[in-house]
Amino acid sequence: MDQDFDALIVGAGGAGLWAALELAQAGVPTAVLTKLYPTRSHTGAAQGGVCAALGNHEEDHWEWHMFDTVKGGDYLTDQDAAEVLAREAIETVIELEHMGLPFNRTADGKIDQRRFGGHTRNFGEGPVRRSCFAADRTGHMILQTLYQQCIKVGVQFFDEYHVVDLLFDGGEAGAGGRAAGVVAYRIADGELRAFRAKAVLLATGGFGRMFRITSNAWSLTGDGVALAYRHGVPLQDMEFYQFHPTGIVGLGILLSEAARGEGGYLRNDSGERFMARYAPTLMELGPRDLVSRAITMEIRAGRGIGGKDYVYLDVTHLGRKVIEEKLPDITEFARIYQGVEPISEPVPIQPTAHYAMGGIPTDLHARVIRDADRTIVPGLYAAGECACVSVHGANRLGTNSLVDLLVFGRRAGRQMARDVRGVDLPELTEDAIEPVRAELRAISARSSGENAARIRSDLADVMMDNVGVYRTEELLSAALPRVRELQERYSRVHVDDKGTVFNTDLLEAREVGYLLDCAETTVVSALARKESRGAHAREDYPERDDVNFLSHTLAYRAEGGPRLAYKPVTITRFEPKPRTY
Amino acid sequence: MQVDLRILRYDPERDAGPHWVSYSVEAEPIDRVLDLLHRVKYKVDGSLTFRRSCGHGVCGSDAMLINGRNRLACKIRVEQLGRRRISVAPLPGLPVIKDLVVDMDGFFAKYRSVQPFLITAGPPPTRERRQSPEERARYDDTTKCILCAACTSSCPSFWAQPDYVGPAAIVQAHRFIFDSRDEGADERLEILADQDGVWRCRTIFNCTDACPRGIEVTRAILEVSAAIVERQA
Repeated sequence: MDQDFDALIVGAGGAGLWAALELAQAGVPTAVLTKLYPTRSHTGAAQGGVCAALGNHEEDHWEWHMFDTVKGGDYLTDQDAAEVLAREAIETVIELEHMGLPFNRTADGKIDQRRFGGHTRNFGEGPVRRSCFAADRTGHMILQTLYQQCIKVGVQFFDEYHVVDLLFDGGEAGAGGRAAGVVAYRIADGELRAFRAKAVLLATGGFGRMFRITSNAWSLTGDGVALAYRHGVPLQDMEFYQFHPTGIVGLGILLSEAARGEGGYLRNDSGERFMARYAPTLMELGPRDLVSRAITMEIRAGRGIGGKDYVYLDVTHLGRKVIEEKLPDITEFARIYQGVEPISEPVPIQPTAHYAMGGIPTDLHARVIRDADRTIVPGLYAAGECACVSVHGANRLGTNSLVDLLVFGRRAGRQMARDVRGVDLPELTEDAIEPVRAELRAISARSSGENAARIRSDLADVMMDNVGVYRTEELLSAALPRVRELQERYSRVHVDDKGTVFNTDLLEAREVGYLLDCAETTVVSALARKESRGAHAREDYPERDDVNFLSHTLAYRAEGGPRLAYKPVTITRFEPKPRTY
Repeated sequence: MQVDLRILRYDPERDAGPHWVSYSVEAEPIDRVLDLLHRVKYKVDGSLTFRRSCGHGVCGSDAMLINGRNRLACKIRVEQLGRRRISVAPLPGLPVIKDLVVDMDGFFAKYRSVQPFLITAGPPPTRERRQSPEERARYDDTTKCILCAACTSSCPSFWAQPDYVGPAAIVQAHRFIFDSRDEGADERLEILADQDGVWRCRTIFNCTDACPRGIEVTRAILEVSAAIVERQA
């Protein structure tokens, strides 16, 4: 059965929900499809805050926020996008408050703000209070608030509809085709259904599950990213993957940078605040790539706690009141998952795979582009972590993921509302759902073969060990054949569950295929970038190389492996400079 | 150590009804019940079906009945359960779709019925609305709700009267009724004064015990009840 809408949104995190809200308010017939329930989306796991230069405590300007974003991204950030981000952050945060978001408050009733990594006053002089927050549950409050508003305006949701393919009219996305809809698998009963639309927004989040230690939800498997890639959209800057410095040892669960924003310390085995040697001005509030490398270097030098592979996050000096009122959730995480009492004991932490700076390339209006000439794929949009606009460049600053999904989710909805007006629905052929039906049937039909969970776990090991905080030619060259071998094994993947009702076995197998695409493009892009920039740290090429690599990578799907091209970086205000903190 | 993990399984395409299946699973004391479920699904039987997403207690996907109590599988360690025999069943009082997956549509419909969104009259100011830290603290507890359904599905009043709007929906209403910025309290209190509203609560406190976010659910229900009485007086 086909169903027609003017606009479809895939994914119900912050970007998807805000876009839906804009479309519904503009009177555009819209549906949101999500493989979860909307309130399960991973926006809800964001903790520390959302930066906007409100200046509620001290002088601040969007130009400073823009500069920090560009410098934080090691000058790979497109500066026109960073300007949009920093300017519109202010109005989106105010709008969220008007929607009812329960921000923490200052004594005079304004939105409270705190310090966050890499966010500075006057172009790098020192930390500034820019992060607007609701305890350490800011993402939860954003997700809840946006979902509440969607209920208020009557957005139509298709909960637990897993989008498994994208549809195009007039050729593939990479060959001039126009987005025509999606194919969704209704999880409750396994029915495959085509949804037709004039505009499709991909807001499917990241793909941290390709790493062993990650802060990401199990559901973050790169669905939208891989589907766009399979239909001819190149993936941009996939080699830039952020490791957050403070994950719970072994599990990767995030302990927010807010702990350091409130004044927490990082200590090595001798109790030293080692960041003094790596970022003398900002110390623990250095950008994440730098702090994760510092921790890794301490561990390698044998200065991890007891010589092991972790260091301490110490908040004991902040006192019970600050810890319990401003950091309640992460305090509970430390208690539950590590059996550590943060009020009196330091918390063992290690870097955890956290955020993809790369993804589906878009312009400033969330329209997907398919080449270095910025050719638009008509009707296809992307926003949030799955997209690469690129505001984060080579390394994202803390809180800017929320700013990104709010600002560009909002822009996506507005642009889609403009673009669907006066446009006819695209053509869909009767057999549009057949290719993906055949792929799913092939998996179900195998009575034996490879176990998907095993492939995912092997992939997570390769990526963690060879494509992590530090990379070399040797490590990356060894990773590539192993990823290819996993792809070969994946061609024989089989599942135990042959039923139609709530078959998560089949859907998880499908998701592993997406992760493999993300991993292959990451490794190939990383091998080709023979420099160190932001989160891409090559020990064999330790310097940034602006002569050869001040450009975005584009990885196209091709026979025999991804084909790479490069796209210039947009520089408007800030010429690249050495990056010190 | 080896744990005897008993799971109440049901596949509507194969089984006449729910039945217990035992799995002997290798476990560390620090493992969470979710880790054990994954171990079974990925190493023994891929058809074992449950929801989960964030894996650390903030998304609300994996509420289930664990050793007789509603909990999040990702937030309860094996050692906390204190024994080597662990039973896992779907949330009580909700229709079972398959294994540990229940139908949440009715639960979310009740949530939507209490107008869970900020209601204000007139245009907003250009900057943020002001709210004092004390006013913000007044409804802090109920902002923590993750809609996991652990409370509602632990409530005997809900089991007996499935039309009861249930603790979770009341918690969500509370979050707005006591928000100084909201002007929709009258509408919400009207809805909750209905026969299937707050008066179904028998202050059994199961909901408070079940809440994985530590929300004082029964207290929130009583505060809403008191607000209704105050409004009627």
